[in-house]
Amino acid sequence: MSAATFSTGIKADARIPLRAHVRHTGALVRRNLLWIRQDPESMFDAILFPVIFTLLFVYVFGGSIGQSLGGGREQYVQYIVPGLMAMMGMNLAQSVGTGFNQDFNSGVMDRFRSLPIGRGSVLFAKISVELLRMLIATTILMVVGVLVGFDIENWPGLFAAVGLSAVFGSALMWVFLTLGVVMRNAQSVQAMGFLVLMPLQFGSSIFAPPGTMPGWLRRFTEYNPLSTLADAARGLMTHGPVAHGLWMTLAWSAGITAVMAPVAIHKFRTKT
Amino acid sequence: MTLNNTKPSAVTVRGLVKHYGETRALDGVDLEVREGTVMGVLGPNGAGKTTLVRILSTLLAPDAGQATVAGYDVVRQPRQLRRVIGLTGQYASVDEKLPGWENLYLIGRLLDLPRKEARARADELLERFSLTEAARRPARTYSGGMRRRLDLAASMIGRPAVLYLDEPTTGLDPRTRNEVWDEVKSMVGDGVTVLLTTQYMEEAEQLASELTVVDRGKVIANGAVEELKAKVGGRTLRVQPADPLQLRPLAGVLDELGITGLATTTVDTGTGSLLVPVLSDEQLTAVVGAVTAHGITISSITTELPSLDEVFLSLTGHRASAPRDARPADSREEVAAV
Repeated sequence: MSAATFSTGIKADARIPLRAHVRHTGALVRRNLLWIRQDPESMFDAILFPVIFTLLFVYVFGGSIGQSLGGGREQYVQYIVPGLMAMMGMNLAQSVGTGFNQDFNSGVMDRFRSLPIGRGSVLFAKISVELLRMLIATTILMVVGVLVGFDIENWPGLFAAVGLSAVFGSALMWVFLTLGVVMRNAQSVQAMGFLVLMPLQFGSSIFAPPGTMPGWLRRFTEYNPLSTLADAARGLMTHGPVAHGLWMTLAWSAGITAVMAPVAIHKFRTKT
Repeated sequence: MTLNNTKPSAVTVRGLVKHYGETRALDGVDLEVREGTVMGVLGPNGAGKTTLVRILSTLLAPDAGQATVAGYDVVRQPRQLRRVIGLTGQYASVDEKLPGWENLYLIGRLLDLPRKEARARADELLERFSLTEAARRPARTYSGGMRRRLDLAASMIGRPAVLYLDEPTTGLDPRTRNEVWDEVKSMVGDGVTVLLTTQYMEEAEQLASELTVVDRGKVIANGAVEELKAKVGGRTLRVQPADPLQLRPLAGVLDELGITGLATTTVDTGTGSLLVPVLSDEQLTAVVGAVTAHGITISSITTELPSLDEVFLSLTGHRASAPRDARPADSREEVAAV
């Protein structure tokens, strides 16, 4: 046994060097990637979600909503594809929350917490892999979108929109992390997430322009961060107005992070 | 302290307290584990065993008291402490979705082993715990015994100075339990210090050299296993006559002797011997004297210590163990008792 065994005075705790953090995160990224290799079905949602949503919305609602936009289905394709992209970040947030919940319940988190690693490593690893999943889903969305007639007018804008969606998703992640730590099982996390996200998604400008909604709902959609995100994505990808949506989304992201990140970290730290 | 004081202490616990709301999971626990020994922490469900292990592995902060492991303070030096411990628990577990090898490699990397060394260590430990053939299969496909062996292997990656085994065989069938015991014994042979919690008397007797008996968050007894057993009850004398036909006459002789405890002399026809409880050395001598005086030839005479079940009963006044497999699947009862 080391000499430290017999030391009497209590010295300060060791710090974990940055390089070790990077190494730990890398090892945990490998773990999360192996999960996908072990059950490839877990990628189904990332792959199928953009395909099904795009096809459903374009072919079921596209014609009639397109008319109200002053065009037809082609008009709606330009409207809905950036909107769907705004939703990608939410899947990221939700997966991180449910993944954490599973790790807690299976006891894996206890193992990690009894190892000399920074607790953030587990989180960063999960976020990295979920970001990758989000990029795959976004790519598929774009491919399907182009196939049904989407015209990417502004390529740099497309990347900016993906980035903005990831920023908002990361902010929302703190909400799901809190749920993930507090809730008893992954199903409840998902159910809670569904309850929160469903009204936010549909009470927004993602699927349809809010012009014909009743006044109270219109006001709700105006301030709904998913609307501002969808509007910004639309503006970025199609040379439309950007500033309002962009700033509102960034403000929402900062606000959600400022409130929920400390809550999530506190819950995580004090979780027995 | 009656313990062997020559070896330095690997785990020192002083006045440890932890509440969950009104429940005092730990109510001023003192504990000392000497280097290279196995300390058994014995107690029924909800006695505070798991809370103790969680505090000693930095998963939980104590409300009061002090604890050091290998010289590191659990509250002030958690990172250094984590480097010298291994944890195999009811809760701390391997990743079921990952293959066995990947689990060990991951932990090796998280313990800062270089890639090559982490690989070698994973191979070596899989070999040692007879899991090489299952190395590439996800851990969820493992049997209960394989899972525990993988757990043990995972806790050994960093060559820990102190190993916590939190109810290592709860929920295992007897054959698998023996397997795990053998593994633990071989690990102890390597000189690692072990803190073992258990609610099985047999397990403590098999693995531990010293015992701390806990009940409702308090230490109610501690000492060497043999010492504790001797302290609590008398011994049982097993007398085997050379001629099995002498069994009944021998029982008669001992009845005539009429000393305390002989009322419960039982005849064990299976082994052809008599079981005679004795409370003192004088009684023991009297029994031997009576047998000799009546000219009965005996082939063997041995003294047996009382079982730990009896120890617990006489220490706490109530039976120790809940029925063996009565534990709920999600047995967080110590925590859930808020």
